[in-house]
Amino acid sequence: MRLVVETLSGERGGETIFAGVSFALGAGEALLVTGPNGAGKTTLMRVIAGLLPAATGTIRFEGGGEAFPDVASALHFLGPVNAMKAALTVRENLEFWQSLAGPRHFQVCDAMDLVDLRRTADLPFGYLSTGQKRRIAIARLYLNYRPLWLLDEPTSGLDADSTAALAHFMREHLGDGGMIVASTHLPLGLDDAQTLEMGG
Amino acid sequence: MIALFLRDVKLGLRAGGGALVGILFFLAVIAVVPFGVGPDLNLLARIGPAILWIGALLAGLLGLDRLFQADREDGALDVLLVHAPGFNLALAVLVKCLAHWTAAILPLVVASPLLGLFMNMTPQGIGATALTLLVGTPAIAFIGAVGAAVAVALPRGGLLVSVVILPLVIPVLIFGVSAAYAAVNDPDPFLPPFLILAALTLFFAVIGPAAAALALHHGSD
Amino acid sequence: MNENVATGWSITALANPTRFISIADKVIPWLGGLAALAIAVALWMGFNAPEDYQQGVTVRIMYIHVPFAWLAMFGYSMMAASALGTLVWRHPLADVSVKAAAPIGAAFTLLALVTGSIWGKPMWGTWWVWDARLTSVFVLFLMYLGLIALNRALDDPSRAAKASAVLALIGFVNIPIIKFSVDWWNTLHQPAAVFRMDGPTIHASLLWPLMISALGFTLLFLTLHLMAMRTEILRRRVTAMRRLAARRADKG
Repeated sequence: MRLVVETLSGERGGETIFAGVSFALGAGEALLVTGPNGAGKTTLMRVIAGLLPAATGTIRFEGGGEAFPDVASALHFLGPVNAMKAALTVRENLEFWQSLAGPRHFQVCDAMDLVDLRRTADLPFGYLSTGQKRRIAIARLYLNYRPLWLLDEPTSGLDADSTAALAHFMREHLGDGGMIVASTHLPLGLDDAQTLEMGG
Repeated sequence: MIALFLRDVKLGLRAGGGALVGILFFLAVIAVVPFGVGPDLNLLARIGPAILWIGALLAGLLGLDRLFQADREDGALDVLLVHAPGFNLALAVLVKCLAHWTAAILPLVVASPLLGLFMNMTPQGIGATALTLLVGTPAIAFIGAVGAAVAVALPRGGLLVSVVILPLVIPVLIFGVSAAYAAVNDPDPFLPPFLILAALTLFFAVIGPAAAALALHHGSD
Repeated sequence: MNENVATGWSITALANPTRFISIADKVIPWLGGLAALAIAVALWMGFNAPEDYQQGVTVRIMYIHVPFAWLAMFGYSMMAASALGTLVWRHPLADVSVKAAAPIGAAFTLLALVTGSIWGKPMWGTWWVWDARLTSVFVLFLMYLGLIALNRALDDPSRAAKASAVLALIGFVNIPIIKFSVDWWNTLHQPAAVFRMDGPTIHASLLWPLMISALGFTLLFLTLHLMAMRTEILRRRVTAMRRLAARRADKG
């Protein structure tokens, strides 16, 4: 499985934010998108996710077989916010996303075990701390298997411990042959990752 | 899809949801009318169906601006859009509209016969009005979804949604009220306006979510 | 805490939620029993009281309608007094009392409206008229519902407490104004019959069951109010414990 991005450019409101971005990512590889605020990290992530149209260039997902014929079906997107409802319990939130994203990979309980938060299952999501919320958001990615994780600012608002936990989950996903594209301005603890430096 | 429906209904009814406020608004609007036009029971009976329809319309518009905005703020809308292949966005919008209708507007329809009593309406008029509301109000949610989708990125889109939507729901109001009146005033036929009302709802059930899905797809930034 | 001492020993003791719950546990069965007894006696007396020569048997609905209407007002007064307790004395249970009283008051107001409606149908020939008395009770009902909605919308109890206390007090100030304005607007309901300067105009054989019924339903209101307060305190404890559970989920 390969994610191939060629001469991609993106614009917002008619203004070109970035241009000429090319990279290729194989199984087990990660790409860190770095750069100052306003460099277009988020725009790039959203273009890859299909939330914004690309001005020029192509994004292909190769070798996904029948299960993952295109980019959209192969990716999990995690934005700066967690996509969970504060009023619903953790379990209700996770069960909802699992039912929407296609075939199951992990049971809801097992996914909560993976992020070590099984005991919060019946608490409203709003009661959790920032780090716990982020880990539950990661647990969502385990519910349905998608090889490509698109993580936009995954460490925003996290302390050192939670960041380390996050890096651990990311390394495990890579070890399973997954791919990660993450935008960040902090080192994530992924040693052998490619880096894409966006100009300011 | 059932999960989406259940989640939205649950969120609407749970603490902080707008369902209770919608009913209260409906009650308050209906209660204010007699103060304005005077307590003449004959007059109230005559304008009753129209007042109930206008009240339901305004109350139905109340929570609409949050239909997609809440999901946008917590990132759920992005994830919904990403999962769009194999997950038809227009269908999702339709389901969200139905959930909004169930949680916020259906209670108004259920409460309308009681308010009909306040308006001194005849049992037949009450029944006809409740029936037209039941059939007609989903159209408000479907049209409202378009306004909500267009205004999703605006910080204070609530008022704008109402302004954009109100002219579009006028046909629904016309046929709803005329069907309700036709049930009371004998020579007028009840069925034709009622069937047109049902047709409008079905028509907007297709057009509304499709347009809203289009707007959401292009409006994401 | 000086203010609490000044307002008396019992209030200070009740300020402790645990003490309150243990006292409430003891009081509620007695209060409830007394309420049931009084209501049973009142209903029995009511059905044995002479019929009204004009209204016939329908007059008997008075024995529940009048207490409901009186409790609708009593409930709001109690809420306003508790609201004062929240804002002025910062009594920790006052906002629990406001929150607990609102649904009960709303229920009694609704019952007053419904029984009045049932009484009105044979008397006036219609379920509802926009008469001064009826209208002001209906507005009172809307105000109760508004308070309940506000309480539900605000998650944080301390913020909800201040906001609903302010709203309850404004409503209390507004009730007389609404009452007088709709009095001037229109009237059909009969004038007050029991509490008058020149003594009751109602015959003693009707008055006694009415008074006992009012007493019984007032006791019922107090019982329900205590139970609702106890429930609310426990609910807050559950919330606090769940937050604690979320914090502890990481450790161990």
